[in-house]
Amino acid sequence: MGNGLRAALALAARDVRAELRSRTALTSALVFAALVLVVFNFARDPTRLGVADLAPSALWITFAFGAMTTLNRAFAIEKEHGALDLLRLAPMPREAIYAGKLLANLAFVGVVEAVALPLFVVFFNRPVWHVLGPLLLVTALATIGFVAVGTLLSAMAVRTRFAELMLPLLLLPFMLPPVIGAVQVTARLFADRPLSEVSGWLRLLAVYDVVFVTISVLIFPAVADE
Amino acid sequence: MIPDRARGLAVARRGQWIAGLGLVLLAGVYIMAQRFTPMEVSQGLAQKIFYLHVPAAWTSLLVFSIVGITSALYLWLRDERLDLFAASSAEVGVVFSIIMLTTGPLWAKPIWGTWWQWDARLTLTLFLFFLFVGYLSLRAAVPDAGERARYSAVVAILGFLLVPFVHLSVYLFRTIHPMPVVLKPSAPSLPDSMLRTLLIAFVVDLVLYIGFVTARYGLGLVAHARAAELEDRTDA
Repeated sequence: MGNGLRAALALAARDVRAELRSRTALTSALVFAALVLVVFNFARDPTRLGVADLAPSALWITFAFGAMTTLNRAFAIEKEHGALDLLRLAPMPREAIYAGKLLANLAFVGVVEAVALPLFVVFFNRPVWHVLGPLLLVTALATIGFVAVGTLLSAMAVRTRFAELMLPLLLLPFMLPPVIGAVQVTARLFADRPLSEVSGWLRLLAVYDVVFVTISVLIFPAVADE
Repeated sequence: MIPDRARGLAVARRGQWIAGLGLVLLAGVYIMAQRFTPMEVSQGLAQKIFYLHVPAAWTSLLVFSIVGITSALYLWLRDERLDLFAASSAEVGVVFSIIMLTTGPLWAKPIWGTWWQWDARLTLTLFLFFLFVGYLSLRAAVPDAGERARYSAVVAILGFLLVPFVHLSVYLFRTIHPMPVVLKPSAPSLPDSMLRTLLIAFVVDLVLYIGFVTARYGLGLVAHARAAELEDRTDA
């Protein structure tokens, strides 16, 4: 297990290093996130729709699509350079490949969210300091869930004929429960409701994470094997 | 596995007979729902679609569970027949979910006053439908047979695990969709006469499912045999 964990961390570190040098995935995801937030503000008629009504959905659409853009790249780089075949030859458990990719993807999506959130605060004039803790908690819970499934699905989607189309098609149903839960919780938080009111959703998100991270780790060898 | 082409055709033929029987029985369900089941007091005639909508919803959920379980068995045993059965079931399941998704709005319009409501169950069953459209698209997009079987099995298992989250969210996200009247912890809150028609309609849906899947499975065997024949010819 210690060996597998070291291998997973090494793989994640390699992904982060490669991304820091090329910055392709992060730049496109960040520009995309900024674009979504800007478009949302222009699409809104301020005399008819208050910012508070739109804010939770705008935030989560930005997060969800930013994550999708990032995930689409996850295994594409492995395929472009034939690295996936070499990874399979490496003396590390298959589960560690998945764990490494998952950690790297979580880091990338986390960066996109960390940049999108301040932009959101500025563009929507919606300070989040007073609910920052719970907001970070629900963001982490929802993100872990769909990034776990997304990492697994992108490993398959990249080997199909319509890779860029296949990932969103397969991932959308799995994004729905975490995103619906997150939007519900975020809306309550912005309305200054107590956290106890959304404990059911938070538990559902946590169970979702446990179930899908576990199954993805267990099932990844079936995807990676020849 | 090199199945005999004639055997595949025989299986397909048997499936068509069962499906034919199911369609006749379905006509019987319509008559039973119209003539021999009491009228619901507040909804009147519109409620009759219940006997089509709810069994179709149950059947599609059941079929999706079957696809998930068969796929898990495939990953374990690696038997091609399980993969073919899962794929056939998914195609039939999509048909049942289309019935569920079209009869729902037809029923909703006169009763709720709207075709569609973005409540949790509607939304998530819609996306469950997308999931299996995704499953079938994935099958079409992977050229290698072994890879196709493994990938689609993974998606089906993930989808199977998604179903409980769909059901749970109904309780968390309270909306206008009726709460379950039969599949719930307490006893069914439905008159016996209506429950009987509902259950018969469900059994008829199962007969239809078995018929369609058998037919599709038989055709799949024929396709396998045909591919094997072509391969032999190119080799020779």
